[in-house]
Amino acid sequence: MSGRRIRVDWRASAGLTGDVLVYLTVPLSFPLLVALYYGESPLPFLAAIATTLAAGAGLRYLRDPDETLGPREAFLAVAAIWLLVAAVGAVPFLVAGVGTIAHPVNAMFEAMSGLTTTGATVLEDFSLHSQSVLMWRQVIQWLGGLGILILATAILSELGVGGAQLMESETQTRDLNKLTPKISQTARLIWGLYLGLTVLAVAVYLALGLAFDPRMDLYNAIAHAFTSVATAGFSPEPLSVGAFHPAIQWAVIPFMIAGSTSFVLMYFAINGEPMRLVKNDEFHFYLGTLATFAAIVALVLYADPGIEFGAEATVRHALFNVASIVTTTGYASTDFELWAPGAKYVLFMGMFLGGMVGSTTCSIKSLRWLVALKAFKRDLFTAIHPESVRPVRNSGKPVDEETIRDIYSYILLSIVIFFVLTVFIVVDAERAGVGVSEFEAMGAAASTFLNIGPAFGDAGPYGTYASFPMSTRGVMIVLMWIGRIEIIPVLVLFTKAFWTS
Amino acid sequence: MHVVIVGAGEVGTSIAASLAPDHEVVVIDIDSDRTEDLKYQYDVLTITGDGTASPVQEAADVANSDIFIACTDDDQTNLVACGTAKTFDASFTIARVKSTDYLQTWERDDRAYGVDFMVCTDLLTAENIVRVIGLPAAVDVDPFAGGLVQMAEFEIGDDSPVANQTVMEADRFESLTFVGLFHDGEMTIPRGDTRIEPGDRAVVVGSPESVQEFANDIAPDSTPNQADEVVIVGGSEIGYQTARILEERGLSSRLIEQDPDRARWLAEELPDTVVMQHDATDTEFLTREHVDEADIVVSALDADERNLLVSVLAKRLGVDRVVSVVDSADYVTVFEEIGIDVAINPRTVTAEEITRFTFDSVAENIAVLENDQAEVLELELADGCALVGRPIATLVEEIDAKFVIGAIIRDRRHVTPRGDTVLQPGDSVVALVETSFATELAAMA
Repeated sequence: MSGRRIRVDWRASAGLTGDVLVYLTVPLSFPLLVALYYGESPLPFLAAIATTLAAGAGLRYLRDPDETLGPREAFLAVAAIWLLVAAVGAVPFLVAGVGTIAHPVNAMFEAMSGLTTTGATVLEDFSLHSQSVLMWRQVIQWLGGLGILILATAILSELGVGGAQLMESETQTRDLNKLTPKISQTARLIWGLYLGLTVLAVAVYLALGLAFDPRMDLYNAIAHAFTSVATAGFSPEPLSVGAFHPAIQWAVIPFMIAGSTSFVLMYFAINGEPMRLVKNDEFHFYLGTLATFAAIVALVLYADPGIEFGAEATVRHALFNVASIVTTTGYASTDFELWAPGAKYVLFMGMFLGGMVGSTTCSIKSLRWLVALKAFKRDLFTAIHPESVRPVRNSGKPVDEETIRDIYSYILLSIVIFFVLTVFIVVDAERAGVGVSEFEAMGAAASTFLNIGPAFGDAGPYGTYASFPMSTRGVMIVLMWIGRIEIIPVLVLFTKAFWTS
Repeated sequence: MHVVIVGAGEVGTSIAASLAPDHEVVVIDIDSDRTEDLKYQYDVLTITGDGTASPVQEAADVANSDIFIACTDDDQTNLVACGTAKTFDASFTIARVKSTDYLQTWERDDRAYGVDFMVCTDLLTAENIVRVIGLPAAVDVDPFAGGLVQMAEFEIGDDSPVANQTVMEADRFESLTFVGLFHDGEMTIPRGDTRIEPGDRAVVVGSPESVQEFANDIAPDSTPNQADEVVIVGGSEIGYQTARILEERGLSSRLIEQDPDRARWLAEELPDTVVMQHDATDTEFLTREHVDEADIVVSALDADERNLLVSVLAKRLGVDRVVSVVDSADYVTVFEEIGIDVAINPRTVTAEEITRFTFDSVAENIAVLENDQAEVLELELADGCALVGRPIATLVEEIDAKFVIGAIIRDRRHVTPRGDTVLQPGDSVVALVETSFATELAAMA
């Protein structure tokens, strides 16, 4: 039965997953220190560290030195890492045992939402939770952002998954057997930049806090720096960034936008090649769509007689919340659930945009939309001149047809999954007797699957996902996981060919 | 001079022919039929053998050669031959290549391959095509003195304003000189009272502006600009380079290539060119894409017969000007006789470029006209040479040969030569001269 033999060196994947888990104990010690500082129980984190070490060591034990990490093993490892890190990330919530997140599904939801930088929460009463547990939510999002950066800049481009191969990376090696040197080299540059941006955000938030708003203390500055650079969206404040002074809200906007800008291009920009970023087609498209959506929302808010913000606040709230949705962060500066339907629909549409490839952003991403639109425009031309050969160009470089096909299918796949999830939420809510409108279901489906965070209705910016049935939340956990790692690495695991051929 | 030529194809033969009368020429070719032919045709020494091999090169006395020319049809052979020649300390090696990749490598570091000068056939041909496209009615255009002076050969049509005028009457242009006139393929030196007849070809030398003006005058409404449509048929290296140079000048063209992969490659490399993938001999397709309304069609396919077919087709559809690449020099006249406006032979272009090196150092540039009947040379006049110090009219009387001075460059400025102009040391002159006298004239400078 040689045809049935498993052709994936799963032990290699397990070993890599184990390594990641063992390293996870380092960031886990940060909330531990916070707990000790505030005199809170360190038990949730000690338990988490113990679990992580045990799981990590166990997986490392499975490693077979003869097996190598190829593309398949990388797919398996990526899927496993995101699932298992979320699982151990849920341990502190379970051990702390307070509030809604004491329930295993909710704990997993919160951890997965954190790790995937979604920012959808099932917390109901923030005051129940200790400072250290709330900080853990922030840390897990920051790690999720870092993980996705490394995945996007080093691994996915190597594996040639949907559109990531288009990213302007530093070297274009195609040697799949040598993932490691490439990862470590790219990762080091990206880590540095990510860390630098985070430190800058802490400094800016803290400085503005000292000047305008005492609630923005060191704790909050760190907590928000973590989740704005990661475009993640958790906040220890029930009112999100809306709890702070307008100056702080303004300051968060550029960090969300930077978090959604290609880190590779930002790296070049810092190292004396700003033109590579400034002249990049995707960058123009990304900022252009963001500005357009913000302008439309600002106009709708301005025209809405029920909302009286004043000029500065109208622009601020429009820009902040559009940036929050488009960059897939998920903060809110005000409860946009109260806005006119026009504004909410524009926000809903914005959920599908996403930021640039090679950043911490989620969703479909501007590069895919840009290439798809260009390909469509090209098809209009070839409809008139059937013999003409017109490559689609991105920043002057031709995009090969296979990549265009991948991008089309990724967009289609995303929209199909979104649609199926929407229908599931509506049906499941009806079954459980929970009132969820179609628009709310659409919002929640897009917001979880595309890893944005807040949606509309009960799941609005100041609301919670706890009101959805348990089964719906369970499915959302899976879809956040699939959506975050670009669908394909998870879906291939469910094909027979992946394991046997 | 002792000149060694590897390759007795059209290029090699053409170079050998122009050098044989005055120089010691050795031609190496692997094909004994070719070497036999050449031996009886010209006064050259021939060696049958592999031009890249040391023993063969030793036999040709490459060590004492002044110029080593590798001009076979194969790029690698030429490069290896030059590399071998350098081991004998050949003083100056020239390689003919087709691929622009090798040219780029050599331009990055001119020690590459042991080549002292590289001639890229396809690029030269493409540059030639673009120059011809740039001047309406011109059949040949060459730049001299770093672009300060241009030589152009024009076909005078029946309806041209200068047809049936004397040279005196036609000479209305500042800084332009008529240097030669070909009537029924025979060269004459134009004098004031020489009549320009329809069907003649006139060679003029002057500043680029005046040549352009002259071109506009003899064929108004056809100077190419942004609005003009250029269609290139065939995505060969020549077709590609032509489109690329046109893009550099801000003119976008349409390029038709039959092979899908090549078409895709061309489309990727040429962002401002519309590439179409289809058979260019399909009339229905040409009409649908309005190729009949194009102002210029350049045929750059790989085979002469296909170029002929496309050119004739384009002419029949009503294209104003058809320029065709003709691989075999013998067919150039055939093409032009059946009404193709310009036939360009890559080998002639290459031979022209290589030959200019053989005129010691004084001849800086050269153009060969009408089957090598005449050459246009650029000469830098040395102190005390035979040409300086006297008015041009006196020189012309004294020297018993057909030659005309078309332009003088003095202190980087263009001076229009007239009978009473006195040449000075340090001047660069652009002169038309009958081929048999070219070497002698070069020696006088």
